[in-house]
Amino acid sequence: MALLEVKNLGISFGGLQAVQGLNMSIESGHLYGLIGPNGAGKTTAFNMLTGMYTPTEGIITFDGVNITGKGPEYISKAGIARTFQNIRLFNAMSVLDNVKVGMHNRVTYSMLDGVLRTKKYRNKEAEMNEKAQRLLDVFGIGDKADYAASQLPYGQQRKLEICRALASDPKLLLLDEPAAGMNPNETQELMETVRKVRDDFGIAILLIEHDMKFVMGICEEITVLEYGKTIAHGDPQTVSNDPEVIAAYLGGDDED
Amino acid sequence: MAKQKKISKAARTYLTSFILVGGFWGAIEAVKLSGGLSSKAAGLLIPVCAYIMMAISLNLVVGFLGELSLGHAAFMSAGAFAGVFFYNTAGAGMPEGAAIVLAFLIGGLAAGIFGVIVGVPVLRLSGDYLAIVTLAFGEILKNVLNSLYIGADSAGLHFSLKDQFSLNMEPTGKVLMKGAMGITGIRKFSVFSVGILLIALTLLFVLNLMNSRAGRAITAIRDDDIAARSIGINLTKYKLMAFVSSAVIAGFAGVLYALNFASLVAKKFDYNLSINILVMVVLGGMGSIPGAIIAAVVLTVLPELLRGFSQYRMFIYSIVLIIMMLFNRAPAFVMWRQRMALKFRSGKAGSEKEDAGKKKG
Ligand SMILES: Nc1ncnc2c1ncn2[C@@H]1O[C@H](COP(=O)(O)OP(=O)(O)OP(=O)(O)O)[C@@H](O)[C@H]1O
Ligand SMILES: [Mg+2]
Repeated sequence: MALLEVKNLGISFGGLQAVQGLNMSIESGHLYGLIGPNGAGKTTAFNMLTGMYTPTEGIITFDGVNITGKGPEYISKAGIARTFQNIRLFNAMSVLDNVKVGMHNRVTYSMLDGVLRTKKYRNKEAEMNEKAQRLLDVFGIGDKADYAASQLPYGQQRKLEICRALASDPKLLLLDEPAAGMNPNETQELMETVRKVRDDFGIAILLIEHDMKFVMGICEEITVLEYGKTIAHGDPQTVSNDPEVIAAYLGGDDED
Repeated sequence: MAKQKKISKAARTYLTSFILVGGFWGAIEAVKLSGGLSSKAAGLLIPVCAYIMMAISLNLVVGFLGELSLGHAAFMSAGAFAGVFFYNTAGAGMPEGAAIVLAFLIGGLAAGIFGVIVGVPVLRLSGDYLAIVTLAFGEILKNVLNSLYIGADSAGLHFSLKDQFSLNMEPTGKVLMKGAMGITGIRKFSVFSVGILLIALTLLFVLNLMNSRAGRAITAIRDDDIAARSIGINLTKYKLMAFVSSAVIAGFAGVLYALNFASLVAKKFDYNLSINILVMVVLGGMGSIPGAIIAAVVLTVLPELLRGFSQYRMFIYSIVLIIMMLFNRAPAFVMWRQRMALKFRSGKAGSEKEDAGKKKG
């Protein structure tokens, strides 16, 4: 069985069927793309996978366990981490602390250990500091560890969000438009980093992206959504030659 | 290098806070020794200590958790009444030291229980319900305590919310709490050093908490609760942790405050007091512990100093409030402060060359 199995997943908000009949199967170590025009339901799919929304139909199986309807806390512990389309960092906290918060359920000690500064506290904090610094170094922002997160330029904030997600040792990483707002150089660099993360950390990555060069260049398998429905699925070659996909991306505005 | 700076940043907050409190203690002790401390000023010492504890603890909720509480005085009141009630009854037969320690523990526990009662239903919701509920809680507790009569006779304790006679006691019974008159005949215990010790413990608790895993979870919730949830942080648990800890400290402050006077009435812990403490937190710069300490001292001492100028008292008080607010918030001031901080920091962390350069300049 694949790491993530999504069967007939759907959700409706009042009358609006935002996602319907979504099927995906993501193997460990895979790079998978989820694309589609604005409002297609991509972020909504992420919100269901991470427990932010409860699906109205379908089943999500992760690592052999049915996680449908489970909350974000459970799902994070199970090993799914995400980033957000509109960056959501802990702005007033330091860059290093942002990553350390990401380890919340991985490196733990009690409140009392913290207040009494026990040996356990000191050991675990040292472990966290080291691990966080290493992650920041991978993304080339290790020298910014003491800055407030809000002080970083946009591109580095996106990287920090990925670091924070990786800090929870996920088996599956969900990236919601990681290249949004980046220039071509930064995008190119990010592509290499994403590939490197997959290789070095050995995890599966599911990403939403509007930048076609990015998606086609990096993903091994792609699902295309339009108005909540899956209109195409396959490898980059197949998907980019699909007439329905071409229509959705080129002439989607005036069709009825 | 980066790691070193990080440590020194947290250390700076510890250092400033403890220097402030130590300095306050040293200065007062010095004045005491020289015999220059008026009895009026001496009477203010314990209240100032209690308010410093109140400001630090409210900062935990308002500054670090980012929730608005408008009833912090109520937790102080709960602690004060529970602690003093014990001290005056069961504690009366005990050695003083034991009675006092137990009074503090009971006061803190009582306030903490109220913290749980208020916090559990409210903090599960997202949104600004806490302000409304704490406001209501403060009024309810004040009114209940204000009309509560407790008496004791050979049959045990008697309670009434009407009057003394409704207690239905034997003629030999003793009234322990008399409604609006509260609790009287308290054996006063007001030792300034104990106040300072309690502040120091509060500081150590709050600073250690905020620099630990739990504290990071609390600040993360404040900065972005959706992201915090996605990371697997249990929002209710950490909100409650901050809120109840804050209530317990307020309870300790209440006991400290109450033992300083011969009588204790519920009226003192009203809405005005809650707002005053909130003002201390806001003026001190939300989330700043040293700021809260300074604001608590200034805002407690200032109105007393100004009593001589009764006509202009509130006027001057308002001006000081505005100036402190400007200093904390106005962009020009904030930038100036950041520049000074930067200069100060680079001067300390930088090479000797930089230092030498500065001396010349
Ligand atoms: N909580 C919600 N309540 C009501 N409607 C919602 C909610 N969340 C999403 N929707 C609707 O679902 C549809 C899909 O939105 P979604 O954000 O998933 O699009 P998307 O594919 O991520 O688009 P984009 O590329 O613009 O980010 C939209 O019509 C949106 O308005
Ligand atoms: Mg989206």
